[in-house]
Amino acid sequence: MVAIKVENLVKKFNGFVAIDYISFEVKKGELFGLLGPNGAGKTTTINILSTLLKQTSGYAEVAGYDISKDKNNVRKSIGIVFQEPALDNKLTGKENLEFHAMMYGMGKEERRRRIKEVLELVELRDKGDVLVENYSGGMKRRLEIARGLIHRPKVLFLDEPTLGLDAQTRRHIWEYIKKLNKEEGVTIILTTHYMEEADFLCDRIAIIDHGKIIAMDTPERLKDKLGGDIITFEVEKDSDKFMNEINKLDFVKSVKKHNSKLTIMVEQGEKRIPELIDMAQKNGVKVKSVSLHKPSLEDVFLHFTGKTIREQEAGQKERVRKSMRRFGR
Amino acid sequence: MINKTAIYVLWLREMKRFLRAKSRVIGTLAMPLFFLAFLGLGFGNMNIPGMGKVDYIHFLVPGIVGMGMLFTSMFSGISVLWDREFGFLKEIMVAPVNRVSIVIGRIAGGATTSVLQGILILGISVLMGFKITNISALLFSIVFMLLISCTFIGLGLIFASKMRDIQGFQLIMQFIVFPLFFLSGALFPLENLPVWLRHISSIDPLTYGVDGLRGVLIGISYFSIGFDFLVLAGFSILMVFLGAYFFEKSESV
Ligand SMILES: Nc1ncnc2c1ncn2[C@@H]1O[C@H](COP(=O)(O)OP(=O)(O)OP(=O)(O)O)[C@@H](O)[C@H]1O
Ligand SMILES: [Mg+2]
Repeated sequence: MVAIKVENLVKKFNGFVAIDYISFEVKKGELFGLLGPNGAGKTTTINILSTLLKQTSGYAEVAGYDISKDKNNVRKSIGIVFQEPALDNKLTGKENLEFHAMMYGMGKEERRRRIKEVLELVELRDKGDVLVENYSGGMKRRLEIARGLIHRPKVLFLDEPTLGLDAQTRRHIWEYIKKLNKEEGVTIILTTHYMEEADFLCDRIAIIDHGKIIAMDTPERLKDKLGGDIITFEVEKDSDKFMNEINKLDFVKSVKKHNSKLTIMVEQGEKRIPELIDMAQKNGVKVKSVSLHKPSLEDVFLHFTGKTIREQEAGQKERVRKSMRRFGR
Repeated sequence: MINKTAIYVLWLREMKRFLRAKSRVIGTLAMPLFFLAFLGLGFGNMNIPGMGKVDYIHFLVPGIVGMGMLFTSMFSGISVLWDREFGFLKEIMVAPVNRVSIVIGRIAGGATTSVLQGILILGISVLMGFKITNISALLFSIVFMLLISCTFIGLGLIFASKMRDIQGFQLIMQFIVFPLFFLSGALFPLENLPVWLRHISSIDPLTYGVDGLRGVLIGISYFSIGFDFLVLAGFSILMVFLGAYFFEKSESV
């Protein structure tokens, strides 16, 4: 069963392409992740799927309903936690939940029961009557997750659910998300630019960059595709010749150069290190440091985009600054 | 089509926010009351032509009530921008509720709080010596207050839908709200304006609101009360319709 179907979705903002022909499917009960740096188009995708934005072209279905033609049914089927806070600070936690439940047409008795349940789930039982303006960041986030669940959505969108939270709260929220997905069978689509988060939570991940999906699979398979181990050499001086040499070795799957670092993908890395260092010396390349590790999603990202996610973000910030200047803000 | 629960809960939210925002209420009441106190006292004994036989404070009170309605209603319409700024608009817009009900709920809430403030201004005026002759005058004045309120919430919604952020709010206050107020004849009789200005006044909805309030409260009006009612009702339907239209078309993210 398919919970979300996206076909050739495009979104342009005054000519700027934010989403560039993306297609994917999410199965019922799946926990699906959109992983990408700032400005990749994650939020835009979620906003379109939740009917808040109109796509420029393409087709999408959520819970079996066309997002363009059947908005009301889509809205009934989904819950959403927005990237930025969307609570009324002048209402109490309970009043925010009550507002939501009434907007979703729930009866009085059911409202009372569900509000109690979800407050318990996110451990805000005794904070229900406190004004939201007096909540901490983590409490607000938990309240928003609770709110997204009251009306028992079939599909839950979580846009950067743990952004800016401390490690402990983040762990906590991860547990809720897992529990929801496994015990209540809610289909979840979450966006993040934390690699560990995607890795820990998601059944399947789409890596999205500049509005395009550049890789999509389970975290394990994405990492396996890189194969074996990753050896990183930090080298001095010009290393192009050395790079070509090792590229010829048959146990080496691929070599990538990135600043002063060589990333070498090999099988059984621990056995290959001495050999590689010998070669470096023969080629007159001085190795400053060596490390060996299993591929992480970070490496996957680097492999597909040629950049680390942090660099992508730096570049993005620069771009934003430039465009802000252009618009005179 | 119309979702009564949604309208009710949107209205309820406005009520709760209103009752909790004491400083906002005092803030919006302060200006009309200052106008009333200083102008009323300052011009109290002056004989201004075109006012008939009432004293200035009686002439002024309906104008100040109209002013209060104008300010609170515009603010209420524009406050959609604050909801956008604080993200709550997304929570409203993603709910399975048709846009018409959302607009009605918003207007119902805004109109209730505005009219409450109008009645409060009227009550304080009574303490300051303003005489209300009968109960029906009070009831009719509430009808006019409601119409003024709907008109300007509608106008506020139009602006809110066309603006991206709250930066332009001050501009709207300076270049729209104050001129609407001064042109309405709230402070002086329209007869005293030059003809060309009177033409501009005649397209200001508040002119008919203030004139109608004067008609029902002190029995003096430039137009007939029925005419004021019809024109103002026309304006309010138009503005609510346009406000809803632009709100529906604007994007919430
Ligand atoms: N309303 C808008 N008008 C113009 N451009 C927009 C608008 N919304 C988003 N964009 C642009 O579209 C691109 C994608 O933005 P989006 O918010 O979807 O990124 P994201 O992946 O969610 O990033 P982040 O991790 O920062 O939340 C960005 O370059 C952004 O500047
Ligand atoms: Mg985002």
